Amino acid sequence: MRHAITALGIAVAVVAIYLAVQLFTPPPAEPDLGPQKSSAAGLFTVALAPEREPVPMNALHGWTVTVTTPDGAPVTDATLAIDGGMPAHGHGLPTAPTVGGHLGEGRYRVEGMRFNMGGLWELRVRVETPRGGDEAVFDLML
Amino acid sequence: MPGRRVLLGVLPALALLAACDPTALDEAERETVIGLSLSALPALPEDPSNRVADLPAAAAFGATLFFDTRLSADGRVACATCHQIDRQFQDDRPRGEGLGLTERRTMPLAGVAWSPFLFWDGRSDSLWAQALQPLEDPREHGFTRTALAHEIAARYGERYARIFGPLPALDHLPAAAGPRGSAAERAAWQAMAAADRAAVDRVFANAGKAIAAFERTLRHPETRFDRFAAALARGETPTGDAALDGLEREGLKLFIGKGACIDCHNGPRLTDEHFHNTGVPAVAGLPDDTGRAGAIGALETDPFNCLGPHSDAPAEACTALRFMVRQGAELVRAYKTPSLRGAASRPPYMHAGQYATLEAVIEHYATAPEPPAGRSELTGIVFTERGRKALIAFLKTLEP
Repeated sequence: MRHAITALGIAVAVVAIYLAVQLFTPPPAEPDLGPQKSSAAGLFTVALAPEREPVPMNALHGWTVTVTTPDGAPVTDATLAIDGGMPAHGHGLPTAPTVGGHLGEGRYRVEGMRFNMGGLWELRVRVETPRGGDEAVFDLML
Repeated sequence: MPGRRVLLGVLPALALLAACDPTALDEAERETVIGLSLSALPALPEDPSNRVADLPAAAAFGATLFFDTRLSADGRVACATCHQIDRQFQDDRPRGEGLGLTERRTMPLAGVAWSPFLFWDGRSDSLWAQALQPLEDPREHGFTRTALAHEIAARYGERYARIFGPLPALDHLPAAAGPRGSAAERAAWQAMAAADRAAVDRVFANAGKAIAAFERTLRHPETRFDRFAAALARGETPTGDAALDGLEREGLKLFIGKGACIDCHNGPRLTDEHFHNTGVPAVAGLPDDTGRAGAIGALETDPFNCLGPHSDAPAEACTALRFMVRQGAELVRAYKTPSLRGAASRPPYMHAGQYATLEAVIEHYATAPEPPAGRSELTGIVFTERGRKALIAFLKTLEP
């Protein structure tokens, strides 16, 4: 009898702990699909836009990156690099895109982008300037 | 009238059942299915590295070369020996066999011109560069490039000249010399003047360009699945042979849904034209094979790549090479996703024919075995017995 009560007590405690964990665990982070981001350390505002919409599957295409300071002044002397992948699948981009020099008004052209599967992609834009570097991360659902 | 009453009760129930038919496609699935159909295939990509890519005379000449067994060391091996015209241009063997046994499965050729990289490991960046490699591989044609140039001069001189201009002087050159031949053939090649080697390389490259022009004409035939998708695209209910049965639709839904096959087998060719490590086992007795990782160096140093002296493309047009991923752990034992069009009737499967049946392929995806090297992208998946049958039933709707 005593064993039964102990077992019941343990079972109740387990259920209570499980419910408490469920209650206080934050929901998984939602992808932030916005086209404009503050860089990680807040040095830049970075906008990323495809040159073709909808974004094509399995075809090389270009994107435009626009870099400004947080107060909106175009950043014209940056060196940019782009990388990314599918975190859920553990693989990177199927191509190695390149980013050209400044085109005017803080705009830079990305060449050689290609996506080879549907789902959630992550794109990381690295911005280097003489005043410092920073990175902005974008989520993209295809 | 108790009978009538029962019937009246049954009809709405049946309608309700149809409404929740588990094999019915929702709107998003319908769009996905239409995107897999042949009618969604983009126009044939241009090949700027091959100026005769779309010249009919070059394609016709290429067809002649493709079936010519005399372009081999023993006069018995043609491209068509392994790429058999009545077998989807493949040979049903685990590994291709010319003069000897190769290490990889012969790939079918329909739609091959849509691939940015050729071979299972993508070690060629154009169809014409691809076509050159088996000609000199000792296990395939075992031919040499001077022998090829002599053969073209002897039998096809006029056809060649009409497409590519006059042949260079060849009479003073060795009968058999090439950089991938026997020791004697390699020595003979090295002994040739640089200008002669360049002239022979030009003829060799042009033979590849003609074969490529022919291969660009090999298209995927329409399948039952395409007729099904076409009816959906028109907003009609598929009828006749376009109507997929319940099991086939179930397989289709699994393919584009929980089975996640579509992650890699996507687009109208049912391939993402990319390279993946899916943990396919190594074949015992074969040398180490690192797949895509081992192909990058070969591709970059191939004198017949898009940036080489025999390419007709300006450097900026060599996009496959320019934007190629050159390093990273995920290249190790990564192999090209094959098209699944016609796959159901061409076992065995995988890059060295490791699996004899589609059932074995599905079991591979279910269990996601540890890869021999690198990291597999598979995580394993539970397929029911019915799900496995359904997937196979769907794959059979992709038969020509």
